[in-house]
Amino acid sequence: MNGVLVFTVFFPAVAAAVLMLAVPRDSQGQAKWLALMATGASFAASVVLVFAFDRHPGEVAANPFQFESQGTWIDAASAGFDVQFHLGVDGLGVTMVLLTTFLFVIATLISFGVTLRPKEYFIWLLALETGGLGVFTSLDLLMFFFFWEVELLPMYMLISIWGSGRKEYSAMKFVLYTVAGSAFMLVGFLAMGFSAQPDPTFDMVALQQSTIGDALLPLWVIFGFIFIAFAVKLPMFPLHTWLPDAHTDAPTAVSVILAGVLLKMGGYGMLRILVTLLPETAKDYGVWMATLAAISVIYGAVLTLRQKDLKRLVAYSSVSHMGYVLLGVAALGHLSMSGAALQMFTHGTITGLLFLMVGVIYDRTHTRDIDQLGGLAHTMPLTATVMIIAGLASLGLPALSGFVAELFVFLGSFDKYTLPTIAAVIGILLSAGYITWMAQRVFFGPRHERWAHVPDADQWWERVPMAALVLVIVAVGVRPSLVVDVLDSGMLNIVQRLG
Amino acid sequence: MLQDLDRLGPVLAVLVAAGLIVLADLVVPRRREKWLAGVALLGLAASAAWMVQLIARDRQASYFSDSMALDDFTIFFTFLFIGVAGAVLLASLEYVERFGSHKGEFFALVLVATAGMMLLAGSRDLVAIFVALELTSITQFILAGFLRDDRGSEAAIKYLLLGAISSAVVLYGMAFLFGIAGTTRLVATDGGASIAGAIAAGDSGIRSALLVSMVFLAAGFGFKMSIVPFQMWTPDVYQGSPTPVAALLSVGSKAAAFAVVLRVFFEGFGADTFVGEDWKMMFAVLAAVSMTVGNVMALRQTNVRRLLGYSSIAQAGNFLVGLAAISSTSDGTALGASGVVFFIATYAFTNLGAFFAVMAIGNRTGSDEIEDYAGIARRSPLAALVLTICLLSLTGLPPTAGFWAKMYIFNAGMRADLVWLVMIAVLNTVVSAFYYLGLARQMYRGDGEPGEDLRPALTTQAVLVAAAAGVCVFFVYPIPLIEAAQRAVHAFA
Repeated sequence: MNGVLVFTVFFPAVAAAVLMLAVPRDSQGQAKWLALMATGASFAASVVLVFAFDRHPGEVAANPFQFESQGTWIDAASAGFDVQFHLGVDGLGVTMVLLTTFLFVIATLISFGVTLRPKEYFIWLLALETGGLGVFTSLDLLMFFFFWEVELLPMYMLISIWGSGRKEYSAMKFVLYTVAGSAFMLVGFLAMGFSAQPDPTFDMVALQQSTIGDALLPLWVIFGFIFIAFAVKLPMFPLHTWLPDAHTDAPTAVSVILAGVLLKMGGYGMLRILVTLLPETAKDYGVWMATLAAISVIYGAVLTLRQKDLKRLVAYSSVSHMGYVLLGVAALGHLSMSGAALQMFTHGTITGLLFLMVGVIYDRTHTRDIDQLGGLAHTMPLTATVMIIAGLASLGLPALSGFVAELFVFLGSFDKYTLPTIAAVIGILLSAGYITWMAQRVFFGPRHERWAHVPDADQWWERVPMAALVLVIVAVGVRPSLVVDVLDSGMLNIVQRLG
Repeated sequence: MLQDLDRLGPVLAVLVAAGLIVLADLVVPRRREKWLAGVALLGLAASAAWMVQLIARDRQASYFSDSMALDDFTIFFTFLFIGVAGAVLLASLEYVERFGSHKGEFFALVLVATAGMMLLAGSRDLVAIFVALELTSITQFILAGFLRDDRGSEAAIKYLLLGAISSAVVLYGMAFLFGIAGTTRLVATDGGASIAGAIAAGDSGIRSALLVSMVFLAAGFGFKMSIVPFQMWTPDVYQGSPTPVAALLSVGSKAAAFAVVLRVFFEGFGADTFVGEDWKMMFAVLAAVSMTVGNVMALRQTNVRRLLGYSSIAQAGNFLVGLAAISSTSDGTALGASGVVFFIATYAFTNLGAFFAVMAIGNRTGSDEIEDYAGIARRSPLAALVLTICLLSLTGLPPTAGFWAKMYIFNAGMRADLVWLVMIAVLNTVVSAFYYLGLARQMYRGDGEPGEDLRPALTTQAVLVAAAAGVCVFFVYPIPLIEAAQRAVHAFA
């Protein structure tokens, strides 16, 4: 089974190499099928992993990780430089792997319409998948950092070449924010690894058994440095300004990945590294994180209300919704953190679907300006229905997956941070406002002459992802245990660290 | 004496090849002059072969009464310089057409400069160091102006004037050391007087003289390392001199300067002596200034070669982090020093690859302006891919050797308690990402017709692939290079 995890993570990169070397320039049409096969194989492998995952490993084990592979990459330990290769997942990791591989199949499908240099496009997309999966499976700080950086160049190229609008500006902004964050993260990681007692180590499992000293940097500085990197990715107010630009200017599939996978890396890192390895410091930071989370929720929601660009609207709603994740993490309770993790999963699917639908609308109408759109439900009934389902899930309608996650977060954090939680609940009201208002302006109202002949979502590679995402959203909403069972086994270990 | 000459064999082989080329140049017809590069490559191969058999029987020798060393450090850098010179010669085969009937002289001068660098890495006596320094410098002054156009001449004059001043400054610093120790030897294997011995036995009475000396030496060598504030010549010379020469300067000359600095400071001044902390702090400050100034200036460049010039200033700042983090721990490992050597080795592949790609593109388009790089990837996919890989490596992003080089050196910095310096260095990475990735993006721009094919010559393609392969292979499997670097500096500990 350990090999299956390695396969899941690295198969897309291998496929990217094959694509680069084997597919000639003049038969670029083959690229999409190869990419679909690669992402599909990776997804299938991750489904196998989820079924093989032992959800009840008895008592909370000293090492909660499964499917581990470990080896030495650079062995110069005598001189004080050794890097190991260590992959493995717990319940949290395996859920994120499943989400990632699933969304990449979706992203590949909805990229079937890409006509500009498709070969290069799919090479970058597959490289991006390995980077994302690596982050969710690394059990070593240096490996984690390595995969964190791997994802940069593909994302930069995907936005700046295949994007729209001010694509080069947005792509560079994304890169600079991320690199600046990871600069702080690297210093934090190095300080953490070197000041581990009794032995310096970068292995996350070993670090759980070590005491992290403050010989190099005070613990609150280490925490702060690493937090900056994750807060940029999440994104958290006031470090969120790259997100609306990047999401808006990226091609549709890449927006799906940005929202569904890359943002999750921030929340995942907080749970996996900050809370697990520095639990005491996390408690000191709790109130600050909760406050910033509440600000992110409200501020993001207010800005969302004011957006006139459909895609920008969805992008800003992400800032608001990821605030719930931060709130759940800040409360440091079992329920709240499970809620945060579940919110990452549901936000990935819901916002992915929203971006997909915005892409469909833009593809047909060539505008994203809400003021120009209107009455689309008459000509695009399927698109309108699915978009509204996604919107309702986004605002937390019961029986859809967004509701469960937000409920968990609120229940878990209400006792501890009452005011921020109330603020976050107000965010729900605002989101109900912007979603329904958007739906009204875009889909309802009188039939528009200009949009009388736009076709509905009629390509199979658009309909299959739509159906798949709706299915997941409804299924998790009706039976949250589908995801929560697995997630929870990962949370137990983290909760135990908090004592 | 004869045995000592044998130990100098690798250098002599290169010099003999240079002499043969100059002589053969008189009789070889003009259109065959290119073939003289073959003689040069043979000379380098002979030098490498000589070195290989020296390793087997004579490693760790100190010869010419401790003027020269044949230790692992010398061996490492000798192979590095042979490799760099060979790559530069191969890559320049197309470029030399611009030199008219002076191709032979070009090959010979490259070899002489290489011999100087090899000598520099092996010298452990102030006089020998100075002679080797002048040998490399003077040949490089000539090489810098080899195109004899306006820009090239300006670059050469600038390089010459500043180089002369830096030589004088080095000499002045050396004079202080001689005054303190009464000898020019850095170390003495026979138990006699030496600079290292005098400093180790010294007290605070000679501290001020030593401080003056180390500042002058750092200033003089800093010119060759192209670190701020001794970097003024770098962008002009990189832009004005022939591209192969710029490649040689940016890798070979810089590596030789760092080699001699490691020798003088690590072996001579010593890391654990009472001035050890002083020179480490000096290099820490120079590191911070160099990388910041280099990166910020690079942001505004519109010419690729000027950009690479400023980038090389910033990279020198990264090397200096390793120098500042030198410490010989109880078990004799020097993480910082081996970091410098490891970084230099990965940088050699990276920067040569970058310059060769620029040369391959420039040979066809006749321009080094960044705006003319738009869409180059469609016309010359290989050169663009290699340049992109090298730019990633310079930024320190995976999957390239530069990622490990930065990781290694930051690791050393943290262990030496230089958290502030590592912080400045990682933040500089952010600045550098802006212009490195911007250039990479520029090449992949455009979606119209590709335009004419700009495929480079076969030899150039081979060198490009080799450089990029080195950058990638040493990412996957860097351990041989790391071990070699650690062995090299082990000689000092």
